[in-house]
Amino acid sequence: MVEETPWQQALRYANRANPYPFYEELRRTPVARQPDGTYVVSTYQEIVALLHDPRVSSDVRKLPVPVAPPAEGSAEAEPITEAVVSLEPNIITQDPPEHDRDRRMMTPHFVGPPHSPHLISDLEPEIRRIVDGLLDNMQGKTRIDAVDEFAYPLPVTVICKVLGVPLEDESRFHGWIETALDSLDFGPEAASEEMQSRLAGGRQAVEEFGQFAAELLDRYAQQPGPGMLSAMVNEDGPEAGMSKGVLVSNALLLIFAGHETTVNLIAHSVLTLLRHPDALEKLRRRPELIVPGVEELLRFESSVQFWHTRSAVEDIDIAGTTIPKGAPIFLAYGSANRDPKRFANPDELDLERRDNQHLGFSQGIHFCFGAPLARLEVQVAVGEFVRRVENPRLVEDPPPYRHNQIFRGPRHLLVDIDGIRD
Amino acid sequence: MTVPATVAELVREFRANGRIVIVGASLAGLRAAEALREEGFTGSLTIIGDEPYEPYDRPPLSKQVLKGWVSADHTKLPRLREVNAQWRLGVAATGLDRAAKQVRLADGEQIPYDRLLIATGTRARQWPNPDEAALDGVYTLRSRDDAAQLQKALAAPPSRVMVIGAGFIGSEVASVCRELDLPVTVVERGSAPLVGALGGVIGEIAAEMQRDHGVDLRCGLGVSSLEGDSGGHVRRAHLSDGTTIDADVVVASLGSIRNVEWLEDAGLASGFWGVGCDAGGRAFDVNGVITDSIYVAGDVARAPHVLYEYQFLAMEHWDNAVLGAEVAAHNMVNLEPHYRPHLLLPGFWSGQFGVNIKSVGVPPFGDEIVFTQGSVKERHFAAAYGRRGRIVAAVTFDHGKWLEYYGKLIEHSGPFPPPPPGWDQPPDMKPIPAEFPQPGVPTAIPDVVLTGHDPSERRAEFRSRPR
Repeated sequence: MVEETPWQQALRYANRANPYPFYEELRRTPVARQPDGTYVVSTYQEIVALLHDPRVSSDVRKLPVPVAPPAEGSAEAEPITEAVVSLEPNIITQDPPEHDRDRRMMTPHFVGPPHSPHLISDLEPEIRRIVDGLLDNMQGKTRIDAVDEFAYPLPVTVICKVLGVPLEDESRFHGWIETALDSLDFGPEAASEEMQSRLAGGRQAVEEFGQFAAELLDRYAQQPGPGMLSAMVNEDGPEAGMSKGVLVSNALLLIFAGHETTVNLIAHSVLTLLRHPDALEKLRRRPELIVPGVEELLRFESSVQFWHTRSAVEDIDIAGTTIPKGAPIFLAYGSANRDPKRFANPDELDLERRDNQHLGFSQGIHFCFGAPLARLEVQVAVGEFVRRVENPRLVEDPPPYRHNQIFRGPRHLLVDIDGIRD
Repeated sequence: MTVPATVAELVREFRANGRIVIVGASLAGLRAAEALREEGFTGSLTIIGDEPYEPYDRPPLSKQVLKGWVSADHTKLPRLREVNAQWRLGVAATGLDRAAKQVRLADGEQIPYDRLLIATGTRARQWPNPDEAALDGVYTLRSRDDAAQLQKALAAPPSRVMVIGAGFIGSEVASVCRELDLPVTVVERGSAPLVGALGGVIGEIAAEMQRDHGVDLRCGLGVSSLEGDSGGHVRRAHLSDGTTIDADVVVASLGSIRNVEWLEDAGLASGFWGVGCDAGGRAFDVNGVITDSIYVAGDVARAPHVLYEYQFLAMEHWDNAVLGAEVAAHNMVNLEPHYRPHLLLPGFWSGQFGVNIKSVGVPPFGDEIVFTQGSVKERHFAAAYGRRGRIVAAVTFDHGKWLEYYGKLIEHSGPFPPPPPGWDQPPDMKPIPAEFPQPGVPTAIPDVVLTGHDPSERRAEFRSRPR
């Protein structure tokens, strides 16, 4: 049997809790060709260069399909992108000029100064109220699950409000998202029988989720309601609206991304602080450090560990390697954020780190659309957790992790506590 | 005691007890002061500024402040750390005695220094006829007070605004006028707006942009005189083609003048284009010999740049002020071999007519331009400038997120035209002449200038010549 590459090892479920030693090995070859023809880029400088390189496409339709040739002796691997390809492109899987136009249409309904500069900041009281409620509910308990009782409910409630998705449908789409996420695997375990059967389930979930979003959008088309989805459907700007398929696809993206990444970020922030009592104590004493602190937490445990839809549209010479035209490119943000050539002592948590331009939200034209909302949510949630939870202790370290490698995070996070302050 | 130990001792002693004076209390001066403290300088620090205000930020003055979104006194620069300095605000430096190592102030005081940082920047070039410049309603735009007064005048509102000069400031003022729904006439001696900084090809696009937004743009023309009413308020402008324009607010945006007069007798390489210095910010004397105790940063500095054939670059750019100040500060409290160079890839941005314009490199160094991404028609595009097969600059209209890529190409002396993008290619990707004005042709003075001295001169005397 051929020895696995550091990247393949990093992707094994057994290493989900700590992929960093494998990333360290991976960075010795900043642009590493994998046996399946994918080029994994793991160093900060090179990732930034490619994020700004107009010869790199983000459009899944430009990926050679299937991405992975079947491993020898295994059942034929399904193309990893098929579940995504069956949908119309959304802003994350589009290139300019379509990307620019669609993102430009969505922005005013979300963050876009000068159109609605206060939309996000106006949510703060609501976010505080939700966080307070969640912490109040923990009163009298000695053990909590920081994922189920804290990290998860906040972003879900907020994204439903922002988008105008009925909160009572939450359990349905939560199920679809979880099934879809658990079905995606980019590592050596993808060819296993179990993953193959999960993949079918995942495709089914995406299908149903799409159906759900389409019906919701239809309802808003007939009768406008609150939130961003309704605004997008009833777009009356100077540019022609998006096609139905693109709308559905972007709606899924927003629900999904608003749902998962922030959960992992809050959970990882709690986990990381509990592992670093000095940092936790510092943040308790100096609450104003929450702003740079969240940036450091984003760097330390990136919510999006890598991204997988990019490919080279031309031959690209980089770091002594030529990425050939047509090759898929994986950008490993989680590794770049621990690149010692960019960050001094990258494995140390430093809430006051200067010059902390991490890639936790990526860079370039695909910079995270939801970043302002995510930042606010995590600042409030983690800040209040630190302030109010008395003597929190990890029950299990490492905690159990979710299967997905891109949206990496604890599935549960049990914490023993002495109480909740007012 | 060994020599290295002596040197280390000197540095230590200077950091602990030295006296540093910064002349100029704006962005570069403030950031230099912060950087000095960050570097561990605990000696005495004096900051001299001719304006009565604490350091403030200028980019908002021609945009948010004029629109009335932000008031001019809300532009104070954030402090990155405590600087613990003696501030001498509202008093100008009027002279420099290098022999006695003293800065002379307008109030007669002499401030001694061990090391001096010159960060006096530039000021607005006034309308050349003093009587006309003194009319009510005639403005320039450089300082906080300028912005506050002009904002008030625009809010009045005037019946028509006339902008003389379509460089960045003039174009931004015109843009604000249109946002405020004020009629505006722009008169530009060059062939198009922004032509000095970005060339005629981009200038033509900027001209269309202005006209599409209802600006009455007149290029290739000058203003011969301004006429006031009996009350001394400006009412009319006479143009060089014999026509007249009625306007009750006139903004003279004629570029800037470097504040070097106070250095007249100091024997430094100071003149029209600023104070010459090496890449580490150390000032040259008039004979091109480096000084040991005088440093320069910000708009008033001009230093040779490796990417541009070691021509002296003078840059009125925000990040040049910040990074130049940090490097100068570092070098002021260090000695060889710990000096650092300030080798910034120049870059600037402007917001006008709803479009974000950004640039990296030095466009006027190029002679050709090629559109590389997007659509000129929709005014979302990137274009690269080249010279002899090498990319030297790039400009974007609402495409700023790609500048990083072009910046890297420029830093590595990448080919021109650059490799084509994989998508979003403009229909025509053929390089064409960039159409920069020939030297000596009157136009708005660009805010990056290549100031290599004329080879026919027999000595390096950096003095302003009679113009």
